[in-house]
Amino acid sequence: MDLLLRMAWRNIWRHSRRSVLTLLAIAFGVVLLVFNIGIQQGSYDVMIDNTVRMFAGHIQVQRKGYLDTPRIRTSIPNVSKLAADLRKTTGLETVSARATGFALVSSRSRSYGVIITGVDPKYEPMVSSIPGTVRQGRYLSSPTANEAVVGSSLAKNLKIKIGDELTLLGSGRDGSVAATVIPVVGIFNSGSTDFDRHMVHLPLQTFQELFTMGDHGHAVVILSKNLEQLPDTMAKVKNYLGQDSKLVALDWEQLLPGIKELIELDIAASWFIYITLVVIITFSILNTFLMSVLERTREFGIMMALGAAPFRIGILVMLEAFVMSLLGVGIGLLLGAAINYYFYVYGFSVPGMEEFAKQFNMPDSIRPQMSFFVFSIGPSVVLGATMIAALYPALRIRLLKPVDAMHAV
Amino acid sequence: MVDYLKLLLALGWRNLWRNRRRTFVILFAIALGVWSMVTMAAFMRGIIHQVVNDAINNLTGHIQIHAPQYRDDPVIEHSMTLPSAALQELLQKNEKIIAWSARVRVPAVIASERESSGVTLVGIDPSREKTLSFLFEATKKGRYLKDVEDKGVIIGRKLAERLQTGVGKRIVLMSQDRNNEIADRGFRIVGIFDATLESTELAYVFVGRSVVQKMLGMGQDISEIGIKTRDREVVDAVTAKLRQAAPRLDIQPWNVLQPLLQARVTINNGFTIIWFVVVFVAMGFGLVNTLLMAVFERTREFGLFQALGMRPRFILGQVMCEAFFLLLIGLAIGNLLSLLTLQIYSDGIDVSGLAKGAQMIGLSNVIPLTSQLNDVVVANALVIGLGLLASFYPAWRAARYVPVEAITRT
Repeated sequence: MDLLLRMAWRNIWRHSRRSVLTLLAIAFGVVLLVFNIGIQQGSYDVMIDNTVRMFAGHIQVQRKGYLDTPRIRTSIPNVSKLAADLRKTTGLETVSARATGFALVSSRSRSYGVIITGVDPKYEPMVSSIPGTVRQGRYLSSPTANEAVVGSSLAKNLKIKIGDELTLLGSGRDGSVAATVIPVVGIFNSGSTDFDRHMVHLPLQTFQELFTMGDHGHAVVILSKNLEQLPDTMAKVKNYLGQDSKLVALDWEQLLPGIKELIELDIAASWFIYITLVVIITFSILNTFLMSVLERTREFGIMMALGAAPFRIGILVMLEAFVMSLLGVGIGLLLGAAINYYFYVYGFSVPGMEEFAKQFNMPDSIRPQMSFFVFSIGPSVVLGATMIAALYPALRIRLLKPVDAMHAV
Repeated sequence: MVDYLKLLLALGWRNLWRNRRRTFVILFAIALGVWSMVTMAAFMRGIIHQVVNDAINNLTGHIQIHAPQYRDDPVIEHSMTLPSAALQELLQKNEKIIAWSARVRVPAVIASERESSGVTLVGIDPSREKTLSFLFEATKKGRYLKDVEDKGVIIGRKLAERLQTGVGKRIVLMSQDRNNEIADRGFRIVGIFDATLESTELAYVFVGRSVVQKMLGMGQDISEIGIKTRDREVVDAVTAKLRQAAPRLDIQPWNVLQPLLQARVTINNGFTIIWFVVVFVAMGFGLVNTLLMAVFERTREFGLFQALGMRPRFILGQVMCEAFFLLLIGLAIGNLLSLLTLQIYSDGIDVSGLAKGAQMIGLSNVIPLTSQLNDVVVANALVIGLGLLASFYPAWRAARYVPVEAITRT
């Protein structure tokens, strides 16, 4: 084996220029794959994390059917108690009850139809990033306070500032008219145009009174510690709900099906690209492998005449290809890792992307994911493809006849 | 000179087929590269085409006219009077404008017996709107509006579902009137429309223009004029003309009205070029290596050529001819393959399995492949141009052999 390895190494450098070009082609492919997949995975991570933490949470417990058609009557009785129980069962503080309704909101000069969310001021900041983005004034103080917090674009459209009063007009759970006047104590700027333009927060009990909800609510939001802990938390929640057929526990993939499918769509499209790229590179270097065998027909003939088995020569050729690919993949991986690390530290951004990124709750700059998956998948695919390419010339050696081979030019 | 060229071309062509296997391998790489360039470009174009067309057909149009403050703060106070006679004449006469219509567009609340929701109330002139936006063709259930006095309302399918209502049922629309009071009025749903995006179905509610004007006490005033031009190329010219005719109004083309869309077009164009270059580099390595090998194994031959009096630049020329033929055949196959792909997927690529994800980036269930001539030209020119440039290195090496050394080499 040692001998074979030494021969392979020397054979590679017999045509150093050709070998370097082949190495570069392999390294080029690996760098592209490592960088692209790193950025891709990194952006998926932020997209999921930011969206989940902004409002939806990892898990929501709702009445069956509420997700598809959110109606005010599809509610959960005694929602605060359910939230408290879930806090105990999961061992997590990050559990909050919510109620959602719709109302016409008017300031002195303007009116808009918006979503009204009733929240528990104590727990809401733990499950959602929105309370943390209150830039003017403060967030809600107690579950019974008569006060509201609104989104920044909505505040601008309504031409209101802190301390101004809003008139809310909607219809309650029992169909009665729900109307109240409520002062604005805070304005949040979440960065998401949807929330900033269409959302008003009220304390949960104030909401329940206004919309004649009694002790009902529409959802209990649970934020897991991270995605890895999610299945465990989910199991606990499902276990607690038990056979109660009226409630369901939904995870973020069900709550935000768009995000999950957008990621799947992106993965499908990019793998089409990656595979095309790898195939092009493979064919680019197939010729090198092929030629290096064909031009040595005579040499192989002599080796066979001297007693080397075709199998051993085949192994030699495979070994050459393998060492060369490994070198290329190694260089590519080092370079790719260096590039990824650079952007991991300084962030990667494309000019002109900022507005677009905001739509998907993404920051201006993305950090590539630094994971085993990112650093292993690209190199393995390229290495696999080049080894398949090397197989064809190696197998051809079996067809050689020593005497004819030695006469070949 | 012509004789020389003929000779070089003949030499290049024959050399190409001395080692068929090798030529086929590299041809495959080039053809696949070109195929992926052209097909990817068509896919990217298809996405942009769909998103842009959708926005333009929805309500944006190619150009919109508003009162100066309206875009910043789209409310009833910032409406404008009907267009002046001069502007109307221009809109009517300019042959580059194929449709235009005046609309009232205000934020409103819609309520059925069971649910309510925030929407944008659009008062339209149904006969003019027909050619301007998607609404007429999208009204699948019930009927389209008859005229500006039509007392019915058309709402989106998803909104109807959410409000648990349907054709023939009544809804109430509330909005702020001219005097900052809340005006409301009952309407009977006469039609339901289907849009590409669910968000459109939830956002817009259409009624006759005069009916809204009366409801909100705004007389003959309107919020906007939507204009559709013959194609996207004439938009800037038409905008300039309109601005001249109505200097005090805010007249903007689609890419200003929808800056995100413009950003997407730019990003996609950038991505297409990056993809072209990446693919080229990937196959460039193979091309250079293959030619280097072809040149290397012919060292003796080149020495002989030179010893017999062939000038180095003709040796260079013959290798370049070989590269040229190689690229040309690769391009032909690649273009043919992509033509075939475009033909097979002429109905578009079905992504309905991931419809919700597609909707998030403004796509429908089927992404069309839209091939644009200039993408094809750029891809081909890039491959030929850079390909010949890359081939120059092996060709130059071939021309540099010293005859005596070359002949004696085995």
